[in-house]
Amino acid sequence: MTQETVERIKNNPKYQKLVTERSRFAWTLSIIMLVIYYAFIMVIAFKPALLGIKMGMGVITIGIPIGVAIIVIAFALAGIYVNRANGVYDQLSQEIRDELGEGA
Amino acid sequence: MKKFLFLSLFIGLSALVYGAGAIEGEIEKQPLNISAIIMFLIFVSGTLGITYWAAKRTKTAKDFYTAGGGITGFQNGMAIAGDYMSAASFLGISGLVYLAGYDGLIYSIGFLVGWPIILFLISERLRNLGKYTFADVAAYRLRQTPIRTLAAFGSIATVILYLIAQMVGAGKLIQLLFGLPYELAVVLVGTLMILYVTFGGMLATTWVQIIKAVLLLSGATFMALAVLSQFDFSLNAMFAKAIEVHDKGEAIMAPGGLVSDPISAISLGIALMFGTAGLPHILMRFFTVSDAKEARKSVFYATGFIGYFYILTFIIGFGAIIMVLNNPEYLDLAKQAISGGSPILGGKNMAAIHLSHAVGGNFFLGFISAVAFATILAVVSGLTLAGASAISHDLYANVFNKSGEVDEAKEMRVSKIATVGLGILAIILGIAFEQQNIAFVVGLAFAIAASANFPVLFLSMFWSKLTTRGAVYGGSLGLATAIILVILGPIVWVDILGNAEAIFPYKYPALFSVTVAFVTIWLISITDNSQGAKDEIKAYDAQDIRSQTGIGAEGASSH
Repeated sequence: MTQETVERIKNNPKYQKLVTERSRFAWTLSIIMLVIYYAFIMVIAFKPALLGIKMGMGVITIGIPIGVAIIVIAFALAGIYVNRANGVYDQLSQEIRDELGEGA
Repeated sequence: MKKFLFLSLFIGLSALVYGAGAIEGEIEKQPLNISAIIMFLIFVSGTLGITYWAAKRTKTAKDFYTAGGGITGFQNGMAIAGDYMSAASFLGISGLVYLAGYDGLIYSIGFLVGWPIILFLISERLRNLGKYTFADVAAYRLRQTPIRTLAAFGSIATVILYLIAQMVGAGKLIQLLFGLPYELAVVLVGTLMILYVTFGGMLATTWVQIIKAVLLLSGATFMALAVLSQFDFSLNAMFAKAIEVHDKGEAIMAPGGLVSDPISAISLGIALMFGTAGLPHILMRFFTVSDAKEARKSVFYATGFIGYFYILTFIIGFGAIIMVLNNPEYLDLAKQAISGGSPILGGKNMAAIHLSHAVGGNFFLGFISAVAFATILAVVSGLTLAGASAISHDLYANVFNKSGEVDEAKEMRVSKIATVGLGILAIILGIAFEQQNIAFVVGLAFAIAASANFPVLFLSMFWSKLTTRGAVYGGSLGLATAIILVILGPIVWVDILGNAEAIFPYKYPALFSVTVAFVTIWLISITDNSQGAKDEIKAYDAQDIRSQTGIGAEGASSH
């Protein structure tokens, strides 16, 4: 890639849009995941009894649905990202490539 | 080639038959497991057949390292999940649930949450920048020789430690499940792995991994359903029964003593999360798909399979509490006579295996035993391929080869020689470490991956001011810190070396060693005023464009 091409792509509004939007989206999702996980770890480290509270009449503690929910959320967040990235963002990056005349 | 495969199959067969004969003396402890051996032989012949098929399609270096880049996102997701669902995590986590209940789930979650983050931040950049190994990415704009040497060192250290753990686990497991002598089991695993990798390269390794993942997920699903069906699919009834029979009672439904203090908790979290993103055999899988789109899909599917698998192991662990614990059939009477309690045959990691017998009789025990063996085989193959690639692609082709011209055929030959070498080394280490306490080994592998591989890889993609000098100093110091802190920590210093008190009080060094790596990289990079550093910073823009858009990225080969 020549310095000239680099400058051209960097100044392309579509490229700027792609980079800003995707990084914001990716970091937001990452932070959501990290906050959930480390909140869980902090509860375990400082107040483990909290997860041992029983739900309703049965023996199941809230720790169990919370644990399973974290697994499900991890998968759901992955799905949300892939859906947007493989659609909107790939479309944008294809357009940038087309404008450069590099074809598919 | 064909002849050779049949020959090795024959050797494998006779080894199994011979081994079966050799344990007759202690048949009381380990009855001959015919169905396990038959199912394992079916798996081995099937996978050798695949290796033969793959060998015909493995012609270029690209084929060998990345299966020509032609694996689909779904297949790769399955293979990544397979790499991650090792025998250690299947047997270890279900064993942990069996022993401590809820604590097992904490581990699973730690292992899983790294995946979405890898997807959001790393997977597509990795795919867009890399070719065969993660060092391709780290060395993209930095100086090849020092960066590749560092990356290869980190990769090989991680791979060898992981291999030791897998080989020792394999030997003990097979000894217990099939009644084969330990050494024979280790040699068998090493030999099969060498065959898969040298002849079938990444294509065979991937398919072995996929088949095993399907078998493991089906087996685990069956076990979980069998357990739940006993309680008419009432989770409450299942947990109530487990609380009733477990000597910890209601404590199994809440966090216990696994994670004792906040520092350990965070440190473990960092090791699991960043370690996963620094494991060479996992990172290499991103180069087997055609583009960033497929790379993203792979992680999505992998996260789903791994999450589902961990939920199953949780149910399996509880199932084992109900059906294995206090069941005289699985009780280790000899051990009970000495230490009391109700120890099960083979220790807590056998909980899932005994449960398979409890729910499905000898036939299903055979199936799960064969799957456990297959799991180890598949994981060691992936590890060896990653280690061999670091040797051939990073060290041989880019560090030692000063001429600048890379002869592909020669590089592949080096890779195959490296595979055989690593295989033999794994066998030797597996036998040497039989009697050793290897509890620290996987932890150390994760710590090195998190402290040496991950910071350099991550900053090379995200931080324009990273320089070669910063990466080399920071990565090396992270590596050294991880090793030193593990040695001075409670597992090695106290449990293995027998000292009274640990110099470094925490089991998991990642929080400290990862911090050391990042701070050193930052400090050395910003104070690096050399011309080389300026050029490297300048080259970031072009790298970033390629990583963001995939312009100029490696494509899939045509076949």
